[in-house]
Amino acid sequence: MARNPKELEKTVEKNENEISLRETEGLSQGQIIFRRFVRHRAAMASLISLVFIILFVFSASGLHLGSDKHPVTIPGWWPHTITEIDVNAATSDLCENGIPGCPTLDILPSFIDKTGVGFGAHPFGMDNLGTDYLALVMRGAEQSIMVMLIVGIMGVVLGAVVGAIAGFYGGVVDAILMRMTDMFLVTPVIVLGSVIGYRFGNLGVVPLAVMLGFFSWMGLARFVRTEFLTLREREFVDAARVAGASNRRIIFKHILPNAVGVIIVAGTLLMSGAILLESALSYLGFGVQSPDVSLGLLISKYQDTFTVSPWLFWWPGLFIISIALCINFIGDGLRDAFDPRQKRRITKKDRIKASDVSKVGA
Amino acid sequence: MRQGCRGKVGKLFAYITRRVGMLLLIVFGASFMVYNLEAVSSDPLADLQQSTAVNKQFLINTLSRELQLDVPPPLRYFTWLKGLVAGLWGHFDLGMTRDQHPVVEYIATAIPTTFRLVIGSTVLAIVLGITIGMVTALRQYSRFDYSMTFVSFLLFSLPIFWVAVLLKQYMAIQFNDFLADPTISPSFLIPFALIGGLIMAGIIGGERRRFFTTWAVVAVGIAGLLTLMSMTKWFIHPGLGIIGIGVFAFGFAVAMTHLSTGLDDKKSLNASLITAGAVTLLYYPMQWVMNEKGSLLSVVEVLLIIQLVAAAIGYFITKVDRRSIMRTAMLTALLSSIPLIFDRFMQEFGAYMNSDAINGRPVPTVGQANQILDPSQSGNFWINSLDGIMHVILPTIALTLISFAGYVRFSRGSLLEVLNMDYIRTARAKGLTERTVIVRHAMRNAMLPLTTILVNDFAGVLGGAIITEGVFGWKGMGQLFAQAIGSYDLNLFMGVFIIGAMLTVVANLVADLLFGVVDPRIRIRK
Repeated sequence: MARNPKELEKTVEKNENEISLRETEGLSQGQIIFRRFVRHRAAMASLISLVFIILFVFSASGLHLGSDKHPVTIPGWWPHTITEIDVNAATSDLCENGIPGCPTLDILPSFIDKTGVGFGAHPFGMDNLGTDYLALVMRGAEQSIMVMLIVGIMGVVLGAVVGAIAGFYGGVVDAILMRMTDMFLVTPVIVLGSVIGYRFGNLGVVPLAVMLGFFSWMGLARFVRTEFLTLREREFVDAARVAGASNRRIIFKHILPNAVGVIIVAGTLLMSGAILLESALSYLGFGVQSPDVSLGLLISKYQDTFTVSPWLFWWPGLFIISIALCINFIGDGLRDAFDPRQKRRITKKDRIKASDVSKVGA
Repeated sequence: MRQGCRGKVGKLFAYITRRVGMLLLIVFGASFMVYNLEAVSSDPLADLQQSTAVNKQFLINTLSRELQLDVPPPLRYFTWLKGLVAGLWGHFDLGMTRDQHPVVEYIATAIPTTFRLVIGSTVLAIVLGITIGMVTALRQYSRFDYSMTFVSFLLFSLPIFWVAVLLKQYMAIQFNDFLADPTISPSFLIPFALIGGLIMAGIIGGERRRFFTTWAVVAVGIAGLLTLMSMTKWFIHPGLGIIGIGVFAFGFAVAMTHLSTGLDDKKSLNASLITAGAVTLLYYPMQWVMNEKGSLLSVVEVLLIIQLVAAAIGYFITKVDRRSIMRTAMLTALLSSIPLIFDRFMQEFGAYMNSDAINGRPVPTVGQANQILDPSQSGNFWINSLDGIMHVILPTIALTLISFAGYVRFSRGSLLEVLNMDYIRTARAKGLTERTVIVRHAMRNAMLPLTTILVNDFAGVLGGAIITEGVFGWKGMGQLFAQAIGSYDLNLFMGVFIIGAMLTVVANLVADLLFGVVDPRIRIRK
């Protein structure tokens, strides 16, 4: 047995390498990445929560597309709407301090308080007019998620295309495209967003998101370009070219799959940025406009009543934060999963398992 | 040799001119784009069209002429650009706002306000963020690392306006209520002390036993200190006094020596401790200096005197390794003068709080200065500055919370990357102490990529200010911008935009050059 510490360290290191090698034996790159991601506990928990939030929001609120004149609506299961006003609002669901519209959601089980777990008629309470707050928050969250998805997809597609072309062709094309990117980057996002939002905010959330999407690809384009600059010098690209592959084929079949990690990670960051941007714009009055609903708008509307009816402030904030937090954690998990240098920490349990396996093998 | 030197300078000069030319071109393109975007998407006549005034048509015509609305936006842009370019020979002209006021004047008053709003939080976020980020990297996969990762992700996901509302409620309104009767209740004291101890224990780390001991000691310490403060009504009459300054100074002395040269270096430790003692002894003389003048100059004087004393101590204590010892002593002195100056502000707190304008509620929720401060006191530099500090507290906390997460993540990643480098292993193999390896070899190199981030963040200040100023009711660049959009004021809008864009461009240039200076691996190519 290894007695002196140096030798011991050596064997430990060797064992660690063996353990991590054995884990990736016979797996494809995709499978390895998938496994690494699944093992990232925070990221997996966030993914599950995010899926749950999205399902809950869209099923409760339904889907609202189209303009005011030609609405395209798929109703959700939640019975109350954002325009409906409860006539008994002034006297129902009184809080301890006598303010009406208190949330009826009760998550404390019956052994702590007598009432037990229950949803009640208005789980998130009612606003000062008597509109069901769950309906309002769900609609706001629906809008925010739509903005997030549209901006994310547009940013990824535009950014990847611009970055790929600039990085692959280089030279004049690269110079022109990158100067263009710089031009957009010089302008703070919120400045562009405000101009766009003030003009397109009242058209509904989809045009707003599309316009924001046109101005949010720059960061991603830069990342992708850097990645392409290094990848195009690699041997496999030369090999593909010698084999007679066209530029398009090289870009899409050979380089892009290798740059996908960077794209996905930057895309998630873009999405969490988009949800904060949209809520900030709406808060400032430059985004989604009343009577339409958005999470930022709800917060700006009810921030002054914080002392009287704090739930009107907490719920929309809670949704913004949980969505953004989930996205950030997923992004972190993806970054770790795609990073080839990332080594998993070998825990005691792994060592025991590994030594069991080798004993059985022997 | 001389030839080579001149060649180098010439090359650098050519590089800078090329970069500046390119950047100017970018600013030109961006401003052209934004100008037209805003001109097309806004209609300055909208509110007039709906007015019921008798002379409606006349008003519309006047405004159209004043704003040159008959000229198509792309051409109008060049008349605007002419005023900007005229700035090169001193006739800076960004046009008139809609109320016939020069844009330049508006901006000139707004810039200092925005600067005051962001400077404190930027410095705080950088210092705190880098410190915590590096500690998490050194304690990778520890409890502290995991919890800080979570906290920084949480802060990443917070909308600043949401944080602001909470701060207003809990840090301003409830704190002011608390000041009416400043006794800390146990229901606040116990959790606070426990959490404080937990954080400290997490930073120090160690085995389970040591962890719990640190936790207990720190928690008891915090609880004791708070009880003492509560009993002596410290919150109404705050101050550090000579004892508080002494505690801080000696603490800084030990910490700085530990970081800078290591506690084994007795000469260095002695120099710092003597400096700390000197700062403590200088407490009363410095009070006199500060009372005598009562202006910003006296603060500068205090800083200079203390620095000189520290330099002298470092110089005379040894002949060997003078530079590093002097540096340690001077850093200790610099840190110790911060509580010394803060103490002076605290001394005015009682008078400030009892003035009619404040009426016992010193933490404001909105505004940048108290307009109705007692005229007999408004000439007092200390009271005025204290008023400024009180107003900047909440925005600073909000901005710091939002931006420091980025520094934590970035400095953590940067240090981890450096720690895996070969030269770190070499340094360890040479038998250098862990302190030297970490501080001299790892941290310095980990700071390199941070310079770029720092400079770029500074440029992004305008974007952050738009929301923060709105929430806290400050009249800076952000408010001007919001006003410009809301009233379709194209010239005002472009004025704010061009300042922001210029800042970004200059920051980028500085970042490029700075990076070349601090990192010899990166040299200007071609």
